[in-house]
Amino acid sequence: MSDRLSVFKTYKLYVGGKFPRSESGRVYEVTDSKNNWLANAPLSSRKDARDAVVAARKAFGGWSGATAYNRGQVLYRVAEMLEGRREQFAREVADAEGLSKSKAAAVVDATIDRWVWYAGWTDKIAQVTGGANPVAGPYFNLSSPEPTGVVAVVAPQESSFLGLVSVVAPVIATGNTAVVIASEKAPLPALSLGEVLATSDVPGGVVNVLSGRTAELAAPLAAHQDVNAIDLAGADEALAKELEIAAADNLKRVLRPQPVDYFETPGIDRMTAFLETKTVWHPTGSLGAGGSSY
Amino acid sequence: MAFEYAPAPESRAIVDIAPSYGLFIDGEFVESSGGDLNKTVSPATEEVLAEYTQATVEDVDRAVKAARKAFEKWSALPGAERAKYLFRIARIIQERSRELAVLETLDNGKPIKETRDADLPLVAAHFFYYAGWADKLDHAGFGANPRPLGVAGQVIPWNFPLLMLAWKIAPALATGNTVVLKPAETTPLSALFFADICRQAGLPKGVVNIVTGDGRTGAALVAHPDVNKVAFTGSTAVGKEIARTVAGTAKKLTLELGGKGANIVFDDAPLDQAVEGIVNGIFFNQGQVCCAGSRLLVQESVQEELLDALKRRLSTLRLGDPLDKNTDIGAINSAEQLARITALAERGEAEGAERWSPACELPASGYWFAPTLFTNVTQAHTIAREEIFGPVLSVLTFRTPDEAVAKANNTQYGLSAGIWSEKGSRILAVANKLRAGVVWSNTFNKFDPTSPFGGYKESGFGREGGRHGLEAYLDV
Repeated sequence: MSDRLSVFKTYKLYVGGKFPRSESGRVYEVTDSKNNWLANAPLSSRKDARDAVVAARKAFGGWSGATAYNRGQVLYRVAEMLEGRREQFAREVADAEGLSKSKAAAVVDATIDRWVWYAGWTDKIAQVTGGANPVAGPYFNLSSPEPTGVVAVVAPQESSFLGLVSVVAPVIATGNTAVVIASEKAPLPALSLGEVLATSDVPGGVVNVLSGRTAELAAPLAAHQDVNAIDLAGADEALAKELEIAAADNLKRVLRPQPVDYFETPGIDRMTAFLETKTVWHPTGSLGAGGSSY
Repeated sequence: MAFEYAPAPESRAIVDIAPSYGLFIDGEFVESSGGDLNKTVSPATEEVLAEYTQATVEDVDRAVKAARKAFEKWSALPGAERAKYLFRIARIIQERSRELAVLETLDNGKPIKETRDADLPLVAAHFFYYAGWADKLDHAGFGANPRPLGVAGQVIPWNFPLLMLAWKIAPALATGNTVVLKPAETTPLSALFFADICRQAGLPKGVVNIVTGDGRTGAALVAHPDVNKVAFTGSTAVGKEIARTVAGTAKKLTLELGGKGANIVFDDAPLDQAVEGIVNGIFFNQGQVCCAGSRLLVQESVQEELLDALKRRLSTLRLGDPLDKNTDIGAINSAEQLARITALAERGEAEGAERWSPACELPASGYWFAPTLFTNVTQAHTIAREEIFGPVLSVLTFRTPDEAVAKANNTQYGLSAGIWSEKGSRILAVANKLRAGVVWSNTFNKFDPTSPFGGYKESGFGREGGRHGLEAYLDV
């Protein structure tokens, strides 16, 4: 062992592509599974949550308007950046979830592979879920999926990294932007993920990461009039019900908590949960002497 | 010289309405456990057509139990057999379409021209379309062997009574669910006639149950603990209430709610066709359409020309007896709805918009509202923001495509929009930017069973129609 004193990291939020502290000035102690102090994480406020929504809304136009190929490359870039930080994340996940070194490494590998999986989906989901509709009339009719907008994500409490990425990646793969509430007990992998996203060509505001009390942060997000949807993955039964009721106020799309084995290859339901279907009708006209006709 | 139209009434002799109706539960009409009888009237004349039952909480429970009991066998039936029941229903609807069109016109007040040429053909087509899915669900893109949810509680509105029934029941049955459906309190009759179609088709008892009544019946159905799926079409306010009711349960929910659709006319639009589209967009079914094009956004340079042509066209619309085959504008569905439309139109005037209607004589009895348009409307006006659900068009203007898109999207709703332009790239660019579930370019108010329908934002969630419409009734 060297007797060099290590440099601690100040964990900060990730909002609008920047790394602010909580505007409240509050922090809370994060410990490992044996109750050893790991770091102080920002204890975000309702104001931080609202600021994150503003950032996410601002980023929505650009991100949803980017080509699907471009989004795919950006998501793949996230995997590349993570690959280079495998050891750091394995350490953080081991501390956060009380896993052995090898188990934590397996979690990180699965997480990186999850990014790659979703990176490949960006330019395929429209073909799988959209299509031409054979209407009974002279119309070209096409249904296409579109992102629903700003999605609040209550990240899983237990699976602080693999679970986190498994709920965030599908949201942004399709062009939504996200406000993510990290696992309350184990927020450090999520906060570190912000550092990876910031160096992966993900435009600022596409993913915003908050740490703090889940219930305190989720309530204003569920009630926020400029949030279009909410993923309740990390909410317990009582909180999920409360949030779903608040979400009804502007008819947010709600993905209820459900048992998930995050090691399994996912289906497409976490993507389709936050997609709208737009159907556009065009008259096909005719090629008669009079030219086009409606 | 101008020729007058001679009256051309469709005969109502084809419809035999009983004086009183019970509830259709477990394959037969039964009496309520104690609910009152309500009257349903013809909105065109205020004549009482029949009495129907206000289903109680106990009645709803009985219906859900019947549906639950029927679910086991119905969901276990081979898809091909379920398909044949639905094909039978589609065919019987076609056979009885004139009778049902007249009935719908009587109970709803909409013109026979519309029930005959739009509602009924779409009803039959919807059953025919979903019939074909029943044995092909493995190929619908939801994985192998997708499972039904169970008992579906369905609450539908009064504007397209039988069509909304078809949109709800056809996909539910095709996917193996059983249903309890509540028609609207002002238009219960076509759903009760549908019960007879189920009888003729030999549909197993309990697969379809019809409970009539007002909002209390609907609330009981939505809140019933043994309902697995709730589907609602109606107002956004009630939709939100339902979303709160099902929160924290496992019930799957789809909502098809209000709208404030923008119909955008660019200066390069084919104006004559645009006028027809605008008329169809807001005066079809007296504007009582959730996807109505109730906001006309017209480019400033063609505003005058377009409004002149539009007013000329509105002056030729014929308002009156809905059973007359030449009638364009029928009756408003209820006194309550008429009062709402009247109040919102008065609000429009009070807030400073300019009101115009063609010379138009309204019948002495019944619920009527003349086609109305408002100019000098701003985005802040109530009539530009709230859904009126009546024959009232608010006209706004714009200069650039960006401004048109911004105004079109400036609403809590996101159900429909229209674009009128001869320029293909402009149509596609604008369609791409509109936050609405259905966009019609150079047409409006077109519907088809293969075409998914449903909204963004507070117009609700989930889609009805097409392959997408299956998802609402499958455990996927």
